[in-house]
Amino acid sequence: MDRAVYREMKLTPAVWGIAAVLGALIAAAGLAVLYIEHHGHVVTGMTNQIVWGLPHVFAIFLIVAASGALNVASIASVFGKIENKPMARFSGLLSLALLAGGLAVLVLDLGRPDRLLVTLTHANFKSIFAWNIYLYSGFFAVVGAYIYVQMARGMDPAVVKKVGTAAFVWRLALTTGTGSIFGWLVARPGYDAAIMAPMFIVMSFSFGLAFFLLTISLLYKLSGRYIGPNLVKRLGRLLGIFAAGVLYFSAVRHLTNLYAAEHWDVESFILFSGGFYTQLFWIGQVLIGGVIPMLLLFKHTDGANRGNVLIASVLIIIGGFAHIYGIVIGGQAFPLEIFPNYTASSSFFDGQINGYTPTLLEWALGLGGVAVTLLLTGLGVVALRILAMNLSDRNIDPEDVDF
Amino acid sequence: MKRLFATFLLLIGLIGSMAQAGEDATSSLYPVIPKAAGAPHPEGNDFMRINHKNLLKHDRDLTMRLGDREVKYSLKECIACHAVNGPDAQPVSVKSEKHFCRVCHDYAAVKVDCFQCHNSKPDPDLVKQLTMLPVKDRELAEYLEGASQ
Amino acid sequence: MKLPALNTPLRDLSEVDRREFFKAGGAVATVALSSGVTLMAFGGEASANADPGKRWGMLIDVNKCTSDCNACVTACSKENGWSAEEGSETDAQWIRKVDLTHKQTGREVSLPMMCQHCEDAPCVDVCPTEASFKRPDGIVLVDKHACIGCRFCMMACPYKARSFIHEPLTDQKSNAPRGQGTVESCTLCVHRVDAGGQPACVDACGTTGNGAMLFGDLNDPESDISKALKKFNSIGLRDDLRLNPGVRYSNL
Repeated sequence: MDRAVYREMKLTPAVWGIAAVLGALIAAAGLAVLYIEHHGHVVTGMTNQIVWGLPHVFAIFLIVAASGALNVASIASVFGKIENKPMARFSGLLSLALLAGGLAVLVLDLGRPDRLLVTLTHANFKSIFAWNIYLYSGFFAVVGAYIYVQMARGMDPAVVKKVGTAAFVWRLALTTGTGSIFGWLVARPGYDAAIMAPMFIVMSFSFGLAFFLLTISLLYKLSGRYIGPNLVKRLGRLLGIFAAGVLYFSAVRHLTNLYAAEHWDVESFILFSGGFYTQLFWIGQVLIGGVIPMLLLFKHTDGANRGNVLIASVLIIIGGFAHIYGIVIGGQAFPLEIFPNYTASSSFFDGQINGYTPTLLEWALGLGGVAVTLLLTGLGVVALRILAMNLSDRNIDPEDVDF
Repeated sequence: MKRLFATFLLLIGLIGSMAQAGEDATSSLYPVIPKAAGAPHPEGNDFMRINHKNLLKHDRDLTMRLGDREVKYSLKECIACHAVNGPDAQPVSVKSEKHFCRVCHDYAAVKVDCFQCHNSKPDPDLVKQLTMLPVKDRELAEYLEGASQ
Repeated sequence: MKLPALNTPLRDLSEVDRREFFKAGGAVATVALSSGVTLMAFGGEASANADPGKRWGMLIDVNKCTSDCNACVTACSKENGWSAEEGSETDAQWIRKVDLTHKQTGREVSLPMMCQHCEDAPCVDVCPTEASFKRPDGIVLVDKHACIGCRFCMMACPYKARSFIHEPLTDQKSNAPRGQGTVESCTLCVHRVDAGGQPACVDACGTTGNGAMLFGDLNDPESDISKALKKFNSIGLRDDLRLNPGVRYSNL
């Protein structure tokens, strides 16, 4: 078996160039935040109808992906797949960076971000948001400890396994919390479903692994290091299973709703008559985010080669973004049913499908969050011994069934 | 380590003595605090200067959370009594440097967060009520003395 | 002449602390007999006005309300200092008139919609900072000192009762402070209720409107509203959610 040697990534001109682009994106996001702070949210596309907009889509995507990016480390430490161990440090780092990026967007979109500390001084433990604050900060502590025990010299592997298990359990709790933000909204017909929590967990597996595969491939290319094709192939197959899982949970969610007459209106909006949201569902989520990547990853002859895995990862991220956009914005676009059996109209847009057009400011803020994630990841691999010098296929157990 | 500790102590001492010196000297930058209508605070101006924020915060929670309208300290009464008129003989808002709150807060460089939600100009109905209160001459004299201290 | 320094140390901290102790709990009532002598009664009623024995509510007779009447909305807007431009998607609306047509029978009705002041308010449950809260007398309010503007309460409210303030504001009413970046909704004119009055919308409905709104204490069996509720059929909106709203509608 190969011994993994970890080294910092060298700062090449290409790395500097990417860092400069990311820095510019973060600066643009900062300016957007100051502008929104000064003028109020009236300068964004968000309204009293669509109260959570594009920044929340970005934030939730990144937070969900954060927990999933820990997959590779969990598979190594908790489930004992030795070939993944050399990637476990990076897996932890990426999950922290994703969470930081997502939280930055979420927090900077608040109406009063200056009062963030109030969340610590006045906590309402009936609120899943308040719980999430502790789940998120706890995640930093647990995964931080997990990276530390992996990197510390002479650490007992049993300790690594224990801390890794704690991180695994914690991230399941974290994504349950994120899904419950929507699952526990009893008032809105588009949400209010217990399946949201497990669905978010499978979404996190899928989006997080896709993000992991893309970033690690980019970093190994940039630093001229080697990743074995079979490693990529195996992770790609796993990604295909996760993508199928997301489709399965979506199908169950919508079929359950279709069975109840009270949910027909909102289901027909999302599935058939919703225009953009219907396209988002069928083309974005199902086709681009599910069917095509699965075809690419499960193809019999040369399935799951490196190119296919990377294309599938990109498609899963696009589809996942569409999925979350559909949940967050689509769920609000459909009006509340306050008066069943009545058609309603008012000056406050009762009974109307609500439109939403995000402005450049929201895009800047959201992309800034992605840039924060990537910059933090880059800083981590440049400053710390996170990345192994090579990820060879020789660590794969030859006895292991290759499905 | 010992040396570090000693340096630290010395620094604290220096800062402390500087603050002491600042208290004795009268700076020309010291703000001119506008006079208020109404009776003076029985607690004294020094006490109010230090504690107004705590008193306001305490009583606002009573009013807002429990509906206690008989509290001793309420922002709208502060504003009604401490209104400063501009050149047009109308009360100025916090946008003006002459506003009662700003005079000290600018000097102390402390941001006031109240007026994003609260009106910084007095409620006309409340001003009427307050100016109708009888003010004894003795109290007024005391107040003026306190204000010019 | 020595000027008072702005950084004079706190002279009488105990004064503030004592007040905190006596007044904050609510379970302790104090009577100051003279300076230095204080009587305390533990377990008594707080001296505050929001009476936990009361529950303020409203009954709206949909048959009396007409589509062309906007008296309640105008009165609320004037009383609380908000205004909504026609067609604006971002302006706050504490109360609105909703016109309804029954899908099967074609019956047309009009009614005012505002915060329903639920007993089990979802907005209070989801608020991470306890800014959304219910007073002891059942009025649901937003503590704008603690609101961070996350809008989770707006997502959770089944009645679309809440608005987010999208722009900087000036010249607010002293009884209805409101500002950019926080969430707000109908306060049931809490300042009028505390002074023994009734909400501005109910007043206006009685004088210039059609007298469709009745306000009172739901816990007092002798109040007009309790008697009316006992006699006539009424519903709370989204009764399926069992939030027990304080606002009820008859003939809907």
